[in-house]
Amino acid sequence: MKTTPFTKYHIELGAKMVPFAGYNMPVEYFGINDEHVTVREKVGVFDVSHMGEVWVKGPKALDYIQYVTSNDAAALSDGKVQYSCFPNGKGGIVDDLLVYRVNAETYLLVINAANIDKDWSWLCENAPKFGLTPGKELYNASDEIAQLAVQGPLALKAMQKLTSTPIEDMEYYTFKKLDFAGVKDVILSTTGYTGAGGCEIYCANADADKIWKAVFEAGAEFGIRPIGLGARDTLRLEMGFCLYGNDINDTTSPIEAGLGWITKFVDHKNFIDKDLLLKHKAEGTGRKLVGFEMIDRGIPRQHYEIADAAGNVMGEVTSGTMSPMMKIGIGMGYVKTEFSKVGTEIFIVVRGKLLKAKVVKLPIYKK
Amino acid sequence: MNVPANLKYTKDHEWIKVEGGEAVIGVTDFAQGQLGDIVFIEIETEGETLDREEVFGTIEAVKTVSDLFMPVAGEVLTVNPKLADQPDAVNKDPYGDGWMIRVKITDESQLNDLLSAEQYTELINA
Repeated sequence: MKTTPFTKYHIELGAKMVPFAGYNMPVEYFGINDEHVTVREKVGVFDVSHMGEVWVKGPKALDYIQYVTSNDAAALSDGKVQYSCFPNGKGGIVDDLLVYRVNAETYLLVINAANIDKDWSWLCENAPKFGLTPGKELYNASDEIAQLAVQGPLALKAMQKLTSTPIEDMEYYTFKKLDFAGVKDVILSTTGYTGAGGCEIYCANADADKIWKAVFEAGAEFGIRPIGLGARDTLRLEMGFCLYGNDINDTTSPIEAGLGWITKFVDHKNFIDKDLLLKHKAEGTGRKLVGFEMIDRGIPRQHYEIADAAGNVMGEVTSGTMSPMMKIGIGMGYVKTEFSKVGTEIFIVVRGKLLKAKVVKLPIYKK
Repeated sequence: MNVPANLKYTKDHEWIKVEGGEAVIGVTDFAQGQLGDIVFIEIETEGETLDREEVFGTIEAVKTVSDLFMPVAGEVLTVNPKLADQPDAVNKDPYGDGWMIRVKITDESQLNDLLSAEQYTELINA
């Protein structure tokens, strides 16, 4: 099993470790609910070094990214980040990702750990028509980069102590390359997967120890704590953020998954599945991914069936949990289009019983 | 790991405390530790007579759902009313406040098949 530069700290801290995407990762340290609330109210640190990073460089970099991703990368300026996905040529999704524009000819793609090999093959397959050579203009740096997500309302304030570059006023989804904790060329972006604010920090593996120690020292006065994958999942689900492998996959269209906002049908952009996805947009696919909360007592879980009041099954739960903030069951899942309107009653089949739930607007948890 | 010597145990990590012809049942300290934060407990078998190893309820942690099994056959007399609103009582006090059901034992000879504290400790350390 693979480790990250921080694995030793997780074990030292007594985290419950689990295999995740081939890595030995911490699922929780003190209890998922406590960790969840720490991030919502203060600041927490996630080891997300398992995430993959791919550099795309050269004069054809933008054309290439425009072709393989669904969002309009031409709308990026230097220092901006964009959420996007790779359409798979069959109307599904290879992966969802972040695109960082360093400059007009340098981009960083941040991809899911579980999909690194699949994404890399896909990216290599599509590289020749843009004259990009894997290993050169297209470079998989996943094993060389460590990453921490420092999330929560106090995150930027705490991290500001480690750099003289102003970060507290950074706009959402932007990044800076800066000196951080005495380390040069650290990338800090105001991104994350929690909806709690904060940043993500990328550094070379060799600098990881220094960064880890500095982050916890700087955060001590703010009550900083390490947070596991368990709370990462409950935090993202409260926000209605898709998790690849649960809510989206190779068979789900970005249109039905509510990712129409990152699928841009503009004249200056040709991309994989453009026509097919345009058809999905125009005609619908018959189903939609929705967020819901339970009205009856019970917790929805992945793969539980979603039904109408008569018990006719129309889809399944793709993610579900007890919301640590709301203290009720919440989830996401696919329903027939006619049941996707906010406020619609749906039923979750829990151990043979139909439990009432209602479709809600995202984010599911509203501060 | 807390494994009180005066209780009997199952390999499914329930404990049972025998009091005359009745018994109190819950899950062990080891089980609650493995499950993590317990967020929901559903027991709808009050008044029912169940066989040994039959499911008497379910326990849900943030990430998992597990069935709860009868250590011996019996009638479910009462369910701990506290668990509806405070399922985390099982995390905080698995052998006390976090008890789950009180049963009337149908066949006391089944008690002989349960694990002693020593045997259960061996099981969880294996």
